[in-house]
Amino acid sequence: MTPDTNLLDRIAREVRFKLLEMSNSAQTGHLGGSLSCVDILVSAYWRALRIDPANPCDPDRDRLIFSKGHAISALYAVLAKRGFFPEKDLDSFNEEGGCLPEQPSPHCAPGVEWATGSLGHGLGVGIGMALAARLRGKKYRVYVVMSDGECQEGSVWESAMFAPRHGLNNLKVIVDFNKWQATGRSCEIMAMEPLSEKFSSFGWRAIEVQGHDINALNATLTDWNDDDPRPIAVIAHTVKGYGISFIQDDNNWHYRSPSNEEVAKAKVELQLP
Amino acid sequence: MRNAFAEEILEIARQDERLIVLSADIGNRLFDKLKAEFPSRFYNTGVAEANNISIAAGLAASGFRPVCYTITPFITYRCYEQIRIDVCYHEMPVVIVGTGSGLAYASLGATHHSCEDIAVMRVLPGIHVAAPADALEVKACLRAAFNLGKPVYIRIGKKGEPVIHGEVPAFKFGSWSILRQGSDVCLLSTGNMLEPSLKIADILEDAKISVSVVNCASIKPLDEEMLEKMLNSHDAVATIEEHSLMGGFGGAVVEWVVDQNLDARKIIRFGTKDYFLHRVGEQEYARNQYGLGVNQITEKIVSFLKKRHDRTK
Repeated sequence: MTPDTNLLDRIAREVRFKLLEMSNSAQTGHLGGSLSCVDILVSAYWRALRIDPANPCDPDRDRLIFSKGHAISALYAVLAKRGFFPEKDLDSFNEEGGCLPEQPSPHCAPGVEWATGSLGHGLGVGIGMALAARLRGKKYRVYVVMSDGECQEGSVWESAMFAPRHGLNNLKVIVDFNKWQATGRSCEIMAMEPLSEKFSSFGWRAIEVQGHDINALNATLTDWNDDDPRPIAVIAHTVKGYGISFIQDDNNWHYRSPSNEEVAKAKVELQLP
Repeated sequence: MRNAFAEEILEIARQDERLIVLSADIGNRLFDKLKAEFPSRFYNTGVAEANNISIAAGLAASGFRPVCYTITPFITYRCYEQIRIDVCYHEMPVVIVGTGSGLAYASLGATHHSCEDIAVMRVLPGIHVAAPADALEVKACLRAAFNLGKPVYIRIGKKGEPVIHGEVPAFKFGSWSILRQGSDVCLLSTGNMLEPSLKIADILEDAKISVSVVNCASIKPLDEEMLEKMLNSHDAVATIEEHSLMGGFGGAVVEWVVDQNLDARKIIRFGTKDYFLHRVGEQEYARNQYGLGVNQITEKIVSFLKKRHDRTK
C-alpha cells in the first residue's frame, strides 16, 4: 500500500466502524447498503470532489447527489469526518426531534445536497444541476450515487435517455452494485445484467470498477474527458455489508442493527484501537 | 388559453433569464418563437414526465425558474411523487402547468380528462394552486406564479375558450374577483366554468333571483375573507368547477367553512361525479353527463334556494 492508500483505507475503516455505532445506538437498519458504498464515498470526498467543507454552499462546488437515501448514514459519517460538521453531531442520528433523519430531509446537514429516500429521483435532479452548470458556464461537476435496486425505477431510464442527448459530460453516475436489494438478489428479482451495457447502449461512457479498490475508484472518479460528450456511468461492483465478516453479503443486515458485542467484534476486525 | 400561455412565456423569457421551459413532448409549434429567440431556454424532455419534474427541481436548485408543461394528467398524476419530493419537499420555485384540464379534451377520452388534479395537487404541503378563467387571466396568473418563487400548479384549458375579461386582469394568490354583485345566491366559479356561470346568472336574474358571480382563480390559498363575506351576505353559495366533487375547489371551500364553524348548509357544490365517462363526446356533452350543463346547474340552484326558503319559513 502507498501512503495515500493507507490513509484512505484507514478513513474507510473508521467510517465503517462509525456506521456500526450509529446503527447500534439509533437501532436503524440499512447497514449493508451503507457499508457497501463507503469506499466510493471516501474516494469521492477525499480525492474526486472539488469541495470546501468550510463553504458547503459554494456555487462552484462539485455536487454529489446521494440518491440511495436509505444508506444516508454513510454520507453523514463521511461528511462529518471530512469536516462538514462536527463528528459528535452523528450522535443525534435518528434521534427524536433531531436533524439527521434515517433518510435525509432537505438541508438536514451541511454537504447533503438533496433529500432522497424515494428511489429514482437523484439522477434527474443531478441532470438539472449539470444542465444549469452548462447554461451558466460553470465548471462544477455532478456525481450521483445510486443503488442497483434503484436502477429498477423507470425514471432512472428516462434520465438515462436525456443526459447523453444533451451531451452532459459533467455528469457521472456511480451505481453501488452490491447485488442485493431489500428482499433478495437484485439480478434475480429483475433482469439487471448486463448493467454496464445498458448504460453504454443508452449513450453513456460506462466503466466497471471494483468498488472496494480505493486506487481503482480514485482513478475512475477523477477520470473526466471534456472532449468526450458522453455522461459517465460507473458500475462499481461491491459487496453488501463489506468489511465486516459477519455482515457482508448477508442480506438480513438490510433490516437489523448490531448488538454491543457485534460492534466490539467489528472493531477488532477493522483493526481499530 | 395555451396560446396566451406561450405568449406570456416569451414575454417573461425576454425579461428574466431564469425562465426555462421544460415541455414533455407537447406544444407542437407553440414555442417556436421562444426556441428561435432563446434556444437554450426550451427543452423537450420527451415522453418522460418524471424526469421532466426532477430536472426542473435540479435547475431550480441552481438558480433557474423552470416551467413544466404538458397535458394535465401527465404532468400531475404521472409524476406526482417527483412533484411531491423534488419540488414541494425542497420548496423549489417550479411552476407546473397542465393544459387541457378538466374536460377540455373530452373527446380524447378519460385518459386525457383531469377531474382529480386539483384534489391531488392541493394536498401537497406548500404548493399554490390556480385555475385561471380565460386566456387573459392565464397571462396574469403565470406572471404571478413565476414571480412567487415557490411551487405552483396552474391548470389551464386548451385553445379557443371564450374570453371574459376585457383586458389582462389583476391576479393575486389568495384573492378572488367579483364580476357581478347580487344578494340571493353567490356563484363561486373556478377555471373555465366562469363563462357558463355567467350564463347561469343571466337565467337566474331573469327569474328575479339576484346573483353574485365570483371568479375564484386562486384555489390554494382561498380568498377566505371574501368567502366569509359572500357566505354571510347570500342565502346560498354555489361552487362550480370542472373537477371532481371530491377534494376539489368546492371541497376546499367546504373544509374551510366547516373549520370556521360557519353555515355550510348554505353551500351547494357542482362538479364531476365518481365515475369515468366511457362514451365519446365534446366538452359540452361531457359536462352534461356530469350534470354540469348550464340548465342542469340552474335548475338545481333554483330548487336548492326553494328548499332553503321553505325550511326557514
